[in-house]
Amino acid sequence: MSVKIGIPRGLWFYDYFPLWKTFYEELGAEIIFSDKTNKQILDQGVKNCVDEACLPVKLFHGHVINLKDKVDYIFVPKMMSVYKDEYICPKFCGLPEMVNHSIKGLPPLIDTEINFSKSRKSLMITAYRFGSYVTKNPIKIRRAFNNALMAYRKYREDVKDGKLPIDGEFSPKKPSVVANNSKSIAVVGHTYHLYDSYGSMSILQKLRDSKVSVIVPEMMNMNKINKLASTLEKKMFWSYGRKLLGAALHFGESREIDGIIYISSFGCGIDSIVEDLFERWSRSHSIPFLLLTIDEHTGEAGINTRLEAFLDMIDWRVNHESDLSPHG
Amino acid sequence: MKVTFPHMGNQYVATKVLLDELGVENIIPPECSKDTLDIGTKHSPESICLPLKVNIGNYIESVKKGADTVVITGSCGPCRFGYYSILQKEILKSMGYDNLKFILLDPPQGDYKGFFKRVYDLTNTKNPYKIVKALARATRTLYLLDEMEDLSYYKRPRQARQGEVDIHYDHFHRVVREAKGYKEVSTLIRDTIRKMKEVEEDPTRDVIKIGIIGEIYTIIEPFVNLNVEKKLGDMGVEIDKSLKISRWLTEHLYLSPLGLTAEKDVWRAAKPYLKTMIGGHARETIGYAVVYGKKGYDGVIQIYPLTCMPEIVAQSILPTVEKDYSIPYLCLIVDEMTGEAGYSTRLEAFVDLLRRRKEKAYNGELLSGN
Repeated sequence: MSVKIGIPRGLWFYDYFPLWKTFYEELGAEIIFSDKTNKQILDQGVKNCVDEACLPVKLFHGHVINLKDKVDYIFVPKMMSVYKDEYICPKFCGLPEMVNHSIKGLPPLIDTEINFSKSRKSLMITAYRFGSYVTKNPIKIRRAFNNALMAYRKYREDVKDGKLPIDGEFSPKKPSVVANNSKSIAVVGHTYHLYDSYGSMSILQKLRDSKVSVIVPEMMNMNKINKLASTLEKKMFWSYGRKLLGAALHFGESREIDGIIYISSFGCGIDSIVEDLFERWSRSHSIPFLLLTIDEHTGEAGINTRLEAFLDMIDWRVNHESDLSPHG
Repeated sequence: MKVTFPHMGNQYVATKVLLDELGVENIIPPECSKDTLDIGTKHSPESICLPLKVNIGNYIESVKKGADTVVITGSCGPCRFGYYSILQKEILKSMGYDNLKFILLDPPQGDYKGFFKRVYDLTNTKNPYKIVKALARATRTLYLLDEMEDLSYYKRPRQARQGEVDIHYDHFHRVVREAKGYKEVSTLIRDTIRKMKEVEEDPTRDVIKIGIIGEIYTIIEPFVNLNVEKKLGDMGVEIDKSLKISRWLTEHLYLSPLGLTAEKDVWRAAKPYLKTMIGGHARETIGYAVVYGKKGYDGVIQIYPLTCMPEIVAQSILPTVEKDYSIPYLCLIVDEMTGEAGYSTRLEAFVDLLRRRKEKAYNGELLSGN
């Protein structure tokens, strides 16, 4: 019987799931994703996590509980760093420990450390450690990992083309004929906010339904963003933050968008800095900016109202430019 | 050039010695107060952690007193303290302080040329001997200060007349602002230590011991932790803090560039619970909780600012430590909304619980570990 590995649909899921799915399936394991985020997962997560944690971490706990009795292993890697001299949020670094100490009666976790902050030389060793839960054959692991990388690259290309992996499933490609007067709005935030339709209250779908062309940071040219981000006075040491600050500089320079919606969760330590800088820079280029902060108490009606008001405001700005200064 | 810097407990005394010895004119920010925090809260991002808000308040109050240069330090992740310098600079600029000069003292990360240039900018000299000498004196001051702190933790719960230790302690903080250079300051500290040692003790006191763990800034800055050491001291509790500035400085300035550490034992103690460093002081928080548990302390209190990422991880692990070592644990989270009354009540209740527990254990009535 093949090993059953559960992958929680939270946090890094939307960045990396094709990689790990392909990897373990090539090795002959069975992969089970947790259910899409729903009320029960949210409630369980909130109940089984420290109160001070942010919503995505609570949701992640809920997803782990959802998988608890279905699988042999739960995949919760200890993600420290994926690029040189860069880190991920401290809560990611301590995630396996957090989960382990908050939820009782879990199956064993696959909690191998991913740490490339010094160099990437340990990449294959790390892959081997991950694979060793299923097989001890290094050749098989190497082959599986290479195939997984291919799947991952294809996934990245797809997202860049505008297919959004909402809840881990590709939405239909964006309509090829975009009406002339359609607005283009950048929606920025962590991937686990943007693509989790329950957690983000389907903001992306709502925007698409209102005929807005949506740009997410994953669609942008990473080379350009990296180049812009390297002009920062001090190196941004969070990979996510660097991507976003680079994007902020790009938006300011190119002026190709009509507005920015920033989705953040309450208590996010990284956003408390990145969001603030992002907002300051966007406003200094007079790009309209909307911040939506989400936690487990956020009401959908309030979010809808704010979205509508924001879109109306942008329309007025275009239509009534000459009457009154909507730029303030 | 009039240099100012943010507050953090007694650190200002050592920084003053450092700058005095280098002959740099400096302005100590006024003691942290409600006004400081109000200024900071008004101009900082809403969800940033408390230390940044207090720091901003410190800078503004110093600038009002005439400072024109701000020294900002930082680290390089993964805790958000690493990006404090840039954010603070942006905030001060947007407040209209365009003429303010910033000296960012971040770890060099390979750019030694830039780093030393900034050090020379600050110190006004290129004589490495002079800089090293001043630094050594400042470090010695820090160790003296921490000796004084430790003595006050020991004496407060034992003093025969309530408040006597604090008379000397407060007097020191009033006078030290006027003192200049290492000689005067160190004499003053030694005097205070001597006076505190002479404070009469009440040998009948039943003293319990609590370890304070958590985020370094909140456990060291008395304004932010609402004077937890005085409050507990007056309740007859002797405390020990997991993190001290002197230790922190030795660790980060002298040992870690050489790949050494003085915290190995603590890391080993934390290992069964948290395998790697995750930024901030989460590993030390857990390690020291274990150490206090092993040493037979009566309880531990964790203090951290709201939304502190590493401490949240530690908080979710600490209940397991509490069970494993049967050491009661209280978590206090502070931010600009913290009310003093509620905070004191929780401290009192916790101390009552510890006393009752100790009594029960003494009478042999305690059956279970908790």
